[in-house]
Amino acid sequence: MLDRALKGSQGYWGWLVFLLVLMGIGTGCWFYQFFEGLKITGMSRDVSWGLYIGQLTYFVGVAASGVMVVLPYYLHDYKAFGRITILGEFLAVSAIVMCLLFVFVDLGNPVRIMNVILYPTPNSILFWDMIVLNVYMLLNIVIGWNVLAAERKGLPYQKWIKVLIYISIPWAFSIHTVTAFLYAGLPGRHYWLTSIMAARFLSSAFCAGPALLILLCLIVRKVTRFDPGKEQIRTLAGIVTYAMLINVFFFLLELFTAFYSQIPGHMHPIVFLFKGLDGVGNLAPWMWAAAVFAVISLILLVVPSTRRNEGTLAVACAVLIAATWIDKGLGLIVAGFTPNPFDKVTEYWPTTPEVLITIGVLATGFFVLTILYKVATAVKTEVAA
Amino acid sequence: MGVDRREFLKIAGMAALFGLGGKAAIDIFAPGELEASMEGLPLTKGKRWAMVIDIPKCLAQQAKGKDGCKECIIACHRAHNVPDWGNPKIAIKWIWQESFEHSFPYQPNPFIQEGLRNQPVILLCNHCFNPPCVRVCPTQATFKRKEDGIVCMDMHRCIGCRFCMAACPYGSRSFNWGNPRKAPKELNPDYPTNRAYPERSKGVVEKCDFCIELISKGELPACVQACDKIKAHALTFGDLADSESNVRKLLKQRYTIRRKPELGTEPNLFYIV
Repeated sequence: MLDRALKGSQGYWGWLVFLLVLMGIGTGCWFYQFFEGLKITGMSRDVSWGLYIGQLTYFVGVAASGVMVVLPYYLHDYKAFGRITILGEFLAVSAIVMCLLFVFVDLGNPVRIMNVILYPTPNSILFWDMIVLNVYMLLNIVIGWNVLAAERKGLPYQKWIKVLIYISIPWAFSIHTVTAFLYAGLPGRHYWLTSIMAARFLSSAFCAGPALLILLCLIVRKVTRFDPGKEQIRTLAGIVTYAMLINVFFFLLELFTAFYSQIPGHMHPIVFLFKGLDGVGNLAPWMWAAAVFAVISLILLVVPSTRRNEGTLAVACAVLIAATWIDKGLGLIVAGFTPNPFDKVTEYWPTTPEVLITIGVLATGFFVLTILYKVATAVKTEVAA
Repeated sequence: MGVDRREFLKIAGMAALFGLGGKAAIDIFAPGELEASMEGLPLTKGKRWAMVIDIPKCLAQQAKGKDGCKECIIACHRAHNVPDWGNPKIAIKWIWQESFEHSFPYQPNPFIQEGLRNQPVILLCNHCFNPPCVRVCPTQATFKRKEDGIVCMDMHRCIGCRFCMAACPYGSRSFNWGNPRKAPKELNPDYPTNRAYPERSKGVVEKCDFCIELISKGELPACVQACDKIKAHALTFGDLADSESNVRKLLKQRYTIRRKPELGTEPNLFYIV
C-alpha cells in the first residue's frame, strides 16, 4: 500500500520537499547542539526543561486523542466514524513519532539512550512513559495498517485486530495519564503537584486533538478526492466543545484552590504566568492571549450556528489549538520551574536553534502524517470507486 | 585514654593542614592510641552520613574576611573539577551560598532576628533519606548507597534527561550545559584541578557526593576539612545512625532546622540557627 505515497500531485511533492527542508535545518541545528551541549538552548539550571518537553507533553495529548474517534466507532458502534478512525489512528502515530523525537533532542547524552532499557527502573515514571508511548505507537500502526489493508481488499479485518483495538482504548488514556505523572508526583513543584493534572491533560488533549483532526479533515477534503464527511466533522465538533468546557473548568478549579487558600507556593506560578513575578513576566502576554483565544473558541463552539458552520468551526479549532498549546506546550513547563527552589525567578525563552530543532521535529511528524494520510485517502478513494 | 570521635575529627582536620589523612594522622598526633580507638570510628563505617551546619559559627568566620569566606566551596570545587562558567544560569554547584531568606523560602518571617535575612547560608545536597531524585531517575544513574545512605551520581551512566533536577526540591543538582573543558579559560586557568577525580562529559547531571572517595579512605569530606583547617569548625560530619556520634550529640544539644522538611524527603543536613 505504501506505493500510494509515491504518486501525487505537484502540491503534494512541494509540501514534502518543504517539510524535508525544515527537517534538514532542524537536523543541522541538532548537530550543533550535539557538539556544543544544551547551553545553546534557553534552558538553565533553574528552568531545566523547556520547549522540547512542552511539545512532548502537548503531542502526547494529540496522540491520545485518537481514541476520541476510535472509542465511539468500536465501543458504541457509531458507524459514521468508520470513515475517519484511520485518520485518528495515523494522527496518533505521527504525534508519537514527534514525542519520541522531542525526548531524544532534549537528552544531554543521546548516545546513552539505550540505558533506559539496559537498566530498567520501574520506580521511574519516565521508564513507564517510554513503554506506554512505544506500545501505543505500535498498536496504532498495526491496527491502522491492517484495518486499511482489509478495507482495500473488501474483507473484514482479522479477529486479533479487534483485541488490539480494545487494548488501544484504555492505552490511549494511559499515555496521557503517565505523562501527567511525570509532573504531578514531584515534591516542591507546586504548579505541577496537583492530583487534577492527569484529568486536565486528558481534557485538554480531547479538545485540542479532535480540533486538529477537524482541521486535517477539512484539508483532506480540499486536497484529496476523499471526503471525511459532514456528520463526522459535526460530531467531532461536539466532542471538542465538551472537552474544552471541561478543560477550562479544570483550570478554574486550580485558580480557586490557589487564590482562595492564599498559599504563596500555589499562587506564585500562576501569578508568574499571568502577571509576572520578580520582574520576569515574558509569558504574561502569551497567557492572556491564550485566555482570550479560549473564550473566543468557546463562544464559537457553544453557539450552535457557528459550530455548525465549517468556516467558523475552523476558526474556533485554530484558536483553540493556539490556546491549549500556549497553556500546555509553553506555560506548563516554565511555570512548574517558577519560582525556583529558592523562591527566585529565572527567565526562560527558547533560542533560535532550539526553535529550529523544534520545528524540525514538527516537520518530521507532519512528514510521517502526510505519507500516512496519502496512503489512507488513496485507498479510501479506490475502495469507493 | 583513647581518641573519641570528636577528638579524631579535630586531629583529622589538623592533619589536613599538613596534607595528612586517616591512619597516618593518628599515628603522628596521637601515637599508640589508634588501635584502641579505631573500633567504631565513624569515617569508614557510618550507616547514615549526615552533616550539621552551624550558621552562627559560619557567619562569625564570614565576618572575619573582607569578602566573607568561601574556603569550603573552593576546596570542594577544586577537588571535584567543577568548572566556573561565569554565568549563573548554567553554573555548576556542589556547595554554595544562598541568603538565609532564600535558603528557607517557605518559612517566611518578616520580623526575623536582625541581619539574618540576607546572611549567606552554606547549601549542598541534603542526601535525603527519602530522595525524590533517586525515585525518578530512569537509569539508576543516581542512587542511594545502601551501606551509608549517600545519594550518589554515576556521571557515566546518566543520559541527561534532567528528571532528577525537576524532582529535587533543593536545587542541589547541576547539569553540564556545556563541555566542562570548554569553560572559559580565564576563569579556569588550571582546569582540571584534580586529575585524580573523574572528569565528565557535557550533558550529564552532577552533585555533591559527600566525598565518597575521601571517606572511603577514612578522611572527612573536603568542605569539612577546609572549614576545620581555618579553625571555623562550622561543618560537622558524622553518622546519624550512631546515637553517640558527634552529629547526634550536637543535635541533642542544639536546636536545628532542615530545609523543606514538610516534603517528607528527610534531609540529612541540619542547620543550627
